[in-house]
Amino acid sequence: MDSAIPELATAGTLPSAAPAAASILGPGEVQIELEVNGERHELSVEPRVTLLDALRERLKLTGTKKGCDQGTCGACTVLVNDRAIDSCLTLAVMHVGDRITTIEGLASGEQLHPMQAAFVEHDGFQCGYCTPGQVLSAVALVREGRMTGDDAIREQMSGNICRCGAYENILAAVRDGARRMA
Amino acid sequence: MNLPLVGAPHDRLDGPAKVTGRATYAADFSPAGLVHAVMVTSEIGNGRIVRIDDAETRRQDGVLAVLTHENARRMHPEGHGFAFALMLLQDDRIRYDRQPIAVVVAESFEQATYAASLLRTTYESEPPITRIEDSADRYTPEEIFDEPADVTRGNPDRAFAGAPVQFKATYSTPVEHHNPIEPSATIAEWEGERLTVHDSTQGVTNARKRLATVFGIPVSNVRVISPFLGGGFGCKGAVWSHVALAAMAARAVGRPVKLVLTRPQMFGSIGYRPRTIQSIALGADRDGRLSCIMHDVLSQTSTFDEFVEPSALVTKMLYAAKNVRTTHTLARVNAATPTFMRAPGEATGSFALESAMDELAYAVDIDPIELRLRNYAERDQSENKPFSSKSLRECYRIGAEKFGWSERDPKPRSMRNGRMLVGMGMATATYPTNRAAASAVVRMNEDGSVVVRSGTQDLGTGSYTVYAQVAAETLDIPIERVRLELGDTDLPPAPLSAGSMTAASVGSAVYEAASALRERLRKGEKAPIEARADAKPQEHERYSKHAFGAQFVRVEVDPDLGEVRVRRMVGAFAAGRILNAKTARSQYLGGMLWGIGMALHEVTRFDERTARIVTANLADYLVPVHADAPDMEAYIVEEEDPHVNPIGVKGIGEIGITGVAAAIANAVYHATGIRVRDLPIACEKLLR
Ligand code: FES
Ligand code: FES
Repeated sequence: MDSAIPELATAGTLPSAAPAAASILGPGEVQIELEVNGERHELSVEPRVTLLDALRERLKLTGTKKGCDQGTCGACTVLVNDRAIDSCLTLAVMHVGDRITTIEGLASGEQLHPMQAAFVEHDGFQCGYCTPGQVLSAVALVREGRMTGDDAIREQMSGNICRCGAYENILAAVRDGARRMA
Repeated sequence: MNLPLVGAPHDRLDGPAKVTGRATYAADFSPAGLVHAVMVTSEIGNGRIVRIDDAETRRQDGVLAVLTHENARRMHPEGHGFAFALMLLQDDRIRYDRQPIAVVVAESFEQATYAASLLRTTYESEPPITRIEDSADRYTPEEIFDEPADVTRGNPDRAFAGAPVQFKATYSTPVEHHNPIEPSATIAEWEGERLTVHDSTQGVTNARKRLATVFGIPVSNVRVISPFLGGGFGCKGAVWSHVALAAMAARAVGRPVKLVLTRPQMFGSIGYRPRTIQSIALGADRDGRLSCIMHDVLSQTSTFDEFVEPSALVTKMLYAAKNVRTTHTLARVNAATPTFMRAPGEATGSFALESAMDELAYAVDIDPIELRLRNYAERDQSENKPFSSKSLRECYRIGAEKFGWSERDPKPRSMRNGRMLVGMGMATATYPTNRAAASAVVRMNEDGSVVVRSGTQDLGTGSYTVYAQVAAETLDIPIERVRLELGDTDLPPAPLSAGSMTAASVGSAVYEAASALRERLRKGEKAPIEARADAKPQEHERYSKHAFGAQFVRVEVDPDLGEVRVRRMVGAFAAGRILNAKTARSQYLGGMLWGIGMALHEVTRFDERTARIVTANLADYLVPVHADAPDMEAYIVEEEDPHVNPIGVKGIGEIGITGVAAAIANAVYHATGIRVRDLPIACEKLLR
């Protein structure tokens, strides 16, 4: 059997910010509220549902991509309380009370976020499948002050695989995006 | 012709959609009533299923169907040509690791996944053969890509025996998997006998025909949609088993079904680059002039179908030599059927040939570029035709200049950076120019906006942008007024996006349709107005058509650890007209990066006792990450080709990877004095 299969059909423990009434979650569906891109969403999920699948399949926010479901590619990167994480490696029920930002929440209306604009201008992608994750990682790392030079960018961005091989352009985009964000 | 020789570096028109998450890939659609299918795959590599116990699976909440060979409908899974044989639960036979053996459908993805994990399968295993060296089941294929498998000109054996300088070596390349970041995904939906499929495919037109055959329904009953593709590189070219299985599952439950392969399943039934063992023999005089080249290729195919890795095709035409022999032999092993992977043949073949040329350069003590110039082919000797155009000399010159080749001291281990050994290597890049029939409609609306419609697809290659440029430039209107519709079989038919042929094929169709429209507008016709072109390649080619380039690489090797880091790469490519300088450069760079993976990282490993793949994920199968990427430069060498096709483009998706593995191996030899002839160049091969 492939190792991607979650084994989480049993009860989980209660995250501190979860609704007060329940002390044990699951195995059936539980009601939770997630704050995504500044909006509150009521949804009912089994505890075994990953944050990635909750976003994609329940909230229809399909900008967040599944590349491996194993924490190896970075396509599923989202921001949780401003930190970039792999949303395939965490469960939706663990994020009650968190501030979640997906790629859909980065632009303001039609106005692209500076990092998004830099990716377009520098052609920092080809197929675009890794791109939401690349952009969100870049935004988080710039905000954390970790993009201190080309080598740092290459190292820090290595959790986001681009199989199209757009790294040279991603580097240029992140460099430029960081400048525009400053 | 209004088109410039090097098209404007326009930003991708689909860029904003891609950076905001609005671009919709196959798995992003959700038709009403959608349910989820999970494919279950074999846990042995050779044998048969004794029993599948699905009692627990069926008892789970939400489970709608369990398909196995005991209950699956009879299908038409046979292969022919590049429509490879499918594994559609038709019998109990296990032919390779991770072969589909069941499909579980449930209301939710989690329910389907968990229920699928409860299937209990009992097998009867048979000892497998996984290495081509061990396979006695060998044969010569009838043809490869419409060309004979074995080709001889002159008398190579005699020429070799009489050559003052004789060089012989054997090179090998491993099994590699494409691993686009988007896993293959299909959403299938039936309305009576009509099937609609959202599929991550490199060819909607092709997928439609294949599905019609497999289900025994008219082609017109099938619609395939693929607006965005998350990379393909060859593994989304043919229709593979999971596509048909999704449609079988949808039929079984009477609802739309989504089936997405897991990353480990991306190592199962969607093809791969087969392993090759290649023997090269070069006969030359003391000035390095080749009198003979022999290139014999052994590669693997499955026990039940055929794919030939055409590694020696490049050798027939790349260098001038009177006596040449190329052969291709296949060995059957217990593995899935291989397929095209970025530059099939040229990537693997150029590793062998271009490594051998470097070895010859050392044997005769001539600079590697000079050696190649001394053997420059002015015409294609294998087809006995002139090249439609060939600017390889310019590529060598520009590449060498930008790279700083003149700083190279050719002696191995002669250059250092601190304690690191420095190596510089180069190789020739080349890829044939292909073309297939393609249709396009260009329509001008009353408001002056233009819509280009063609059933091609965008793999990340820039289709949405470059065809808009072709239409805009031909009609002499701003590109902002042009919109593309593609990735749908309701549109005019177009070929598979493969073989670097989309720009030549679809570009020619868009150009012809836009030209016809312009002509009619000039004659006074008014919008709304549309023109269609059905563009076809010529039947009899007067020219040999290839793109060429030169790859230059600087590596640093840790003398104690054997770790190789590529520090700089320069590629110079001449590929006819370039439709968009920005997206073209990206394609070249992407190909070059693939060359780094091929040279240093990528290998699919099999457990030889069980034929199981033990590296089936992105932690064990290494692809280059950002920190592996060096400083990279790709140069467009201007080239006007009036013969190659109506718009004079040669195709650029694959040439970027060709030659890179050899250039890196050559650089590693220069750095260390160690010649690695077996890819990848892992550190243990450099520890002596
Ligand atoms: S999908 Fe989460 S890291 Fe790949
Ligand atoms: S743009 Fe295709 S994987 Fe990065």
